[in-house]
Amino acid sequence: MSWETVIGLEIHVQLATKSKIFSGASTAFGAEPNTQACAVDLALPGTLPVLNAEAVRMALLFGLAIDAEIPKRSVFERKNYFYPDLPKGYQTSQLAEPIVGAGHIDIDLADGSSKRIRIHHAHLEEDAGKSLHEDFAGQSGIDLNRAGTPLIEIVTEPDMRSAEEAVAFAKKLHAIVTTLGICDGDMSQGSMRFDVNISVRRPGEPLGTRTETKNLNSFRFMEDAIRYEVERQIELIEDGGRVVQETRLYNGETKTGRSMRSKEDAHDYRYFPCPDLLPVVLEPGYLDQLRATLPELPDAKQKRFVEQYGLSAYDAGQLSAERATAEYYEQVVASCGDAKLAANWIMVDLAAALNRSELALAQSPVASSQLAGIIARIKDGTISSKIAKQVFELMWKDGGTADEIIEQKGLKQVSDSGAIEKIVDEVIAANPQQVDNYRNAAEDKRPKMLGFFVGQIMKASQGKANPQQVNEILLKKLEG
Amino acid sequence: MNLHDLTLAQTARALADKQFSSREVTQHYLDRIARLDKTYNSFITVTAEQALAEADAADARRAAGNAAFLTGVPFAHKDIFCTQGVRTSCGSRMLDNFISPYDATVVAKYREQGLVMLGKTNMDEFAMGSSNETSWYGPVKNPWDTGCVPGGSSGGSAACVAARLAPGATATDTGGSIRQPAALCGITGLKPTYGRVSRWGMIAFASSLDQAGPMARTAEDVALLLGAMAGFDPKDSTSLDRDVPDYAAALGNELAGLKIGVPKEYFGAGLNPQTAERVQAALREYEKLGARLVEISLPHSHLAVPAYYVIAPAECSANLSRFDGVRYGYRCENPQDLMDLYCRSRAEGFGEEVKRRILVGAYALSAGFYDAYYRKAQQVRRLIQQDFVEAFKEVDVIMGPTSPSPAFAFGAKGSDPVAMYLEDIYTIATNLAGLPGMSLPCGLVDNKPVGLQVIGNYFDEARMLNVAHRYQQVTDWHAQAPAGVMA
Repeated sequence: MSWETVIGLEIHVQLATKSKIFSGASTAFGAEPNTQACAVDLALPGTLPVLNAEAVRMALLFGLAIDAEIPKRSVFERKNYFYPDLPKGYQTSQLAEPIVGAGHIDIDLADGSSKRIRIHHAHLEEDAGKSLHEDFAGQSGIDLNRAGTPLIEIVTEPDMRSAEEAVAFAKKLHAIVTTLGICDGDMSQGSMRFDVNISVRRPGEPLGTRTETKNLNSFRFMEDAIRYEVERQIELIEDGGRVVQETRLYNGETKTGRSMRSKEDAHDYRYFPCPDLLPVVLEPGYLDQLRATLPELPDAKQKRFVEQYGLSAYDAGQLSAERATAEYYEQVVASCGDAKLAANWIMVDLAAALNRSELALAQSPVASSQLAGIIARIKDGTISSKIAKQVFELMWKDGGTADEIIEQKGLKQVSDSGAIEKIVDEVIAANPQQVDNYRNAAEDKRPKMLGFFVGQIMKASQGKANPQQVNEILLKKLEG
Repeated sequence: MNLHDLTLAQTARALADKQFSSREVTQHYLDRIARLDKTYNSFITVTAEQALAEADAADARRAAGNAAFLTGVPFAHKDIFCTQGVRTSCGSRMLDNFISPYDATVVAKYREQGLVMLGKTNMDEFAMGSSNETSWYGPVKNPWDTGCVPGGSSGGSAACVAARLAPGATATDTGGSIRQPAALCGITGLKPTYGRVSRWGMIAFASSLDQAGPMARTAEDVALLLGAMAGFDPKDSTSLDRDVPDYAAALGNELAGLKIGVPKEYFGAGLNPQTAERVQAALREYEKLGARLVEISLPHSHLAVPAYYVIAPAECSANLSRFDGVRYGYRCENPQDLMDLYCRSRAEGFGEEVKRRILVGAYALSAGFYDAYYRKAQQVRRLIQQDFVEAFKEVDVIMGPTSPSPAFAFGAKGSDPVAMYLEDIYTIATNLAGLPGMSLPCGLVDNKPVGLQVIGNYFDEARMLNVAHRYQQVTDWHAQAPAGVMA
């Protein structure tokens, strides 16, 4: 009998505010330890929090984007526990009255269908600092730069049934928050962190006991961690064991998981409303104002890309997933005029080059206008697709416009039929045996043999001969 | 004439008239502190050198013609207010080594107006106590009877004013910590409306109840000190954006027609009969001034102490979590590991009463008890507030005793926390409701002062000060000094 996997996610999304959620200190990543921690972040005696309105705006934007219920009022609470990187001894978070209520996100499945994942709620809270265990023999260092960085924690219903669905959801969520501009989406720096709740059951049975695997910060680790944990739970049960409710960690390098703490060790966080902060009460009309500022969301953009540019749903999904990609794509299309070529170049050549150099699109050495220049020269026949790849490599390495590179390197396609004819004649004259073979061959064998001559001709023209013309002239001469 | 005979307002006027310099009056008080405070222990830290430098700066400012009314006037800060570069201990071993790197808003405002800080006053540890016996720095002695407590938690501020070691002082009140010590030391003190004075830089005990206010000998002095500290502060989300009136301007208004509510619940069992008599006499004095007494009921009064002793400990249990030995303050010797660091730093750094309240608060908030304690207490709090809202539909101010009896002997209530908590039975309700309350001297019992409590409506401090001032125009209880301190 088969097993059904049940997955729910909790996602911490760092909001891209300039300053912290309750203090004026900067949120920029990568500064020297403790240089971006002010008196409030250090929890000096007597300090008080003041809520950053921008964090509220961003959380509400997310709520609007997922079509959530948004209550008029939300309340910050204190979540009490001791940890050295938690300076106040409590985290200011939300529990009973979160800023964003129930909503949903639709994901696309491999079979082309779509599935609705329900969001239970999303709440605002502050991030903790970091404990640094290296560099201090027998001691730990504390860096409070991150303490007080605004987060929204998004909690889904247990609506996902496989690692693929969970990853599809995570990618969609990434697309939404980056499109909204409320998160930089940089998972390697912890801007989005996933906690995965997993249980297995026989189809139709009640939910099994779940475990929570915490702090996964890449789509691949998340997928691996889910597969690992599902397998572990199934093996455990099939061997007569029982899943224990616990919090687990997954090591993406060794591909193994381990228990962090069991339910028995769970904290009593003693939540209560924070008396230093007033409830957040939305002014009438504020949500409408905010809704008017919503950018085109990934779902709508994907639909438009299919309709406007004639892309497949898959390609449209790829190109609309990230705001930066979508903008880049539309810029290329606007200046080169070929939506399909633009899509191919971005998803294949540009993506591969970025991947090789481990760069984000924003860091691409080839700007949208430059790529559009290459595509335009393919379209007007100045260069072949093959030469275009050469132009692209040169552009990636040394910069410059397509026209400059084509000019400097003499890569212009030869479309002068006289010049091509001359080369064809030379190749035919130099290869009498092959010509004979061709002419004596059966009709259906000939196209394959043609490749030899084309190759010789292209070689002689250094790849610049217009392939279409080469074919036409060659056929005429051989079949003569 | 001795400089310390002068009230704070008289001192300010004399400075304006150039009868003496700020340096002279500052030096005078510093000399008195050096000579007398060994007896009272009202200061934790005396900042003599800094005070004289500030006095010189104040004199220079006056010479340059841009002095504010209170420029050059000496005073003391309760050691709960963060003062840049000066130890801010909050009466606790936990912060004995803590030099604040920043100023509380109240401190910054006084600094800006050129008041001269003589030092930081003693207090119950983290403002938890009604006798000043919980201070790490030892108890403060009541200047009226050094065998008795000065009240708390602002006992140091009250005692230093009563002993004429400063003409005024700042204080804080979470459940009566300004009014009760003011009553027991025979001075005038006011706890403003919650949100009237910024809490930024004031070390939190119970955030929803804490409020700073002034102590001095007269209502006029208190009006001046309050005006200098009140106002909206963007750094405190719970401070309220309302104009600060000129509190001194309305002091002289007539009281004819004033309706004074007298809650019957404030004169029941538990009130010392002689204290009751002095308060009744004060009420009769108000009738002579043209006021009308109206008996009112605050039916949920008996629930104030129990509700308070859930809410205040709950908030303090979280507020005091930051004192963990990690970043500043007391750290135990040779911690073996993180848990040891936490446990011993807190066990050794905090005193018994603070630990008791942290435990009570953590318990009240814990899973399974939250609804029965914390949530219920918040519901009671709303009922208590509603009692006052109803009462203020009928009356202008409410009056009664500040505390059930005059100052008691050291150790008298030490073994019974609940007996100590009942010290604040008449003051706690106003904190729960967020209302302003003040205490002014209205008599002596066995040569120990009795306080009259005046409770006002929200932001009605000007009227309360007017009511207190008019009384002080026709009585002299506020002008009486403990034997021996005037020399």
